[in-house]
Amino acid sequence: MAEVTLFGISKSYGATLALSDVSMTIPDGAFVVLLGPTGAGKTTTLRLIAGLDKPDAGDIRIDGTSVLPDTPAQRDVAMVFQQYSLYPHLTVRDNLAFPLRSPMIAMPEDQIAKRVAEVAQALRIPHKLDNKATALSGGEMQRVSIGRALVRNPRIYLMDEPLSSLDAKLRADLRVELKRIHAELGATFLYVTHDQIEAMTMATHVGVLDHGRLVQFGTPREIYESPVSTYVATRLGQPRITLLPADAFGPAPRNAAQIGLRPEHILQGEGQPATVRRLEHLGDQTRLHLAFGPHEIVTLADPHTGLAAGDTVLIRPHTPLWFDANGARIQE
Amino acid sequence: MTAYSITEPSKASKWVAGLLVAFYTIVTLLPLVWIISTGFKSGPDSISYPPKLVFDPTVEGYVNLFTSRTRISQDAPPPPAETWYDEITRDQGMVITGPSRFGERFMNSVIIGFGSTALSIILGTLAAYAFSRFKVPLKDDLLFFILSTRMMPPIAVAIPIYLMYRELGLSDTHLGMILLYTGVNISLAVWLLKGFIDEIPREYEEAALIDGYTRFQAFRKVVLPQAATGIASTAIFCLIFAWNEYAFAVLLTSGNAQTAPPFIPTIIGTGGQDWPAVAAGATLFLLPVMVFTILLRKHLLRGITFGAVRK
Repeated sequence: MAEVTLFGISKSYGATLALSDVSMTIPDGAFVVLLGPTGAGKTTTLRLIAGLDKPDAGDIRIDGTSVLPDTPAQRDVAMVFQQYSLYPHLTVRDNLAFPLRSPMIAMPEDQIAKRVAEVAQALRIPHKLDNKATALSGGEMQRVSIGRALVRNPRIYLMDEPLSSLDAKLRADLRVELKRIHAELGATFLYVTHDQIEAMTMATHVGVLDHGRLVQFGTPREIYESPVSTYVATRLGQPRITLLPADAFGPAPRNAAQIGLRPEHILQGEGQPATVRRLEHLGDQTRLHLAFGPHEIVTLADPHTGLAAGDTVLIRPHTPLWFDANGARIQE
Repeated sequence: MTAYSITEPSKASKWVAGLLVAFYTIVTLLPLVWIISTGFKSGPDSISYPPKLVFDPTVEGYVNLFTSRTRISQDAPPPPAETWYDEITRDQGMVITGPSRFGERFMNSVIIGFGSTALSIILGTLAAYAFSRFKVPLKDDLLFFILSTRMMPPIAVAIPIYLMYRELGLSDTHLGMILLYTGVNISLAVWLLKGFIDEIPREYEEAALIDGYTRFQAFRKVVLPQAATGIASTAIFCLIFAWNEYAFAVLLTSGNAQTAPPFIPTIIGTGGQDWPAVAAGATLFLLPVMVFTILLRKHLLRGITFGAVRK
């Protein structure tokens, strides 16, 4: 287990800038989630830490020592890939044992058998051990590939959207499973996703990447409650934050160009009239699409609301977020 | 009205397809049947007209293939025949004077054919892996250059190669022929194998690198097993070329490293070509490639369709 620090990391692939001057500390035992859309540099960050690519500038230290000269094997990290991480020509057992048989670890076979059995138990796949890796369902495959990381005791676990190819139920199960493993092992995790639920539920820290820049790093709550920009604000929250011109509801702070309204920033039953355009019943929440003058606002309604399309609701902003013309947050 | 299905072909079209396949099979197998049956005919039967479909099988051709013989002289009758093959020779009025060179020629073919196949595969796999995975300067130009060696018939460079080989002392040597066939096959091997290796996601190797293996170990433990299909089908193509090659073998080999293809047509019996012996030689010559292909046919089939369907 270890603390991983990035100092001013930059990396380009050809003409594409993947990461630009990224500095970040992943504290020992933390579960850090990197959030951002495709192409933001999330996977690149993992590959650089793993040693699969070399940064153009900057330094990567694990427990204070630069690992740049080290090969991936020497760095003692484990990585779960988004897909293709099981060796198709091996059985599940051999896949799980593969890292332990490497020349770096070269664990005796009896210990390997024990370790593999333990991990298989934890991931609930002991009955699949003698299957070929290709004879598994998608969820089982992904559990085995997480298992391939867990058999080792690396300094950091790197996970690249390990749940993105799974169906919703399995994803929810494995989220809980990973969180449990994190709590039990006290291990350091760096986890990449574009799924905000994964970020909110599992992370101790969230880093938000935008076009290769780390725009904000903090606890999930900080990121949600005080985003530094409209970009970060739109990363988290369902329904998404509504952004309107700053003066939509009346006077705005100086320099403010946009007002950001999450559902909890909108008080209903007082203020100015808006028309209900439609209701979306999602089961656990009911979304309310409102027409407010020329603008559209999405917020939440009481699950048992009697509102219907065409009704009028009074709404009023309550402690909204303000952003300037560049999208940067204005602190009041 | 019967329902028309686009997935299930109609009965009539199945029949037509079946007949076409049967016809094609007959056309393809006929020469093979002819060669194999001629190998078991007697000399006169092999050249009778119309050809005999029913004949008394004999292994005369095979005995003649493996032996040198001389006509029995009336002045000095030989001692009585000791073995069954002596007997067969006596019946033709001949006596065995020693083994023929067919065995040697056949072994030459085996050494040169399999040797150059192995060398092509080893070099081809390493080169294909490098082209597939690493930043090689001038990669596209190099690949095109390698391909361009196939753009003319190899025999077009026969004379320079003949002269070079004479200078280098490679003429009529096993090494020379192995190198030559490897040189011809390597372009095919690199291109085919690069295609196969490109299909193997590099995540597998990256996972192995992170799991504590070196690049070469990852190549051996992860890439090679998955490239087995491609390697097998490439090996078949290489072997078929090296095994069947005739023109260079005629030109560059004679006493020492001559392979079977130039040797078989030179089998002469009394009064001209010994057709049963030639057919016997051709039959035996077919066997190794046939066995090799049958052993690897599952891979060959998979190899041909590899990459056609997204898994």
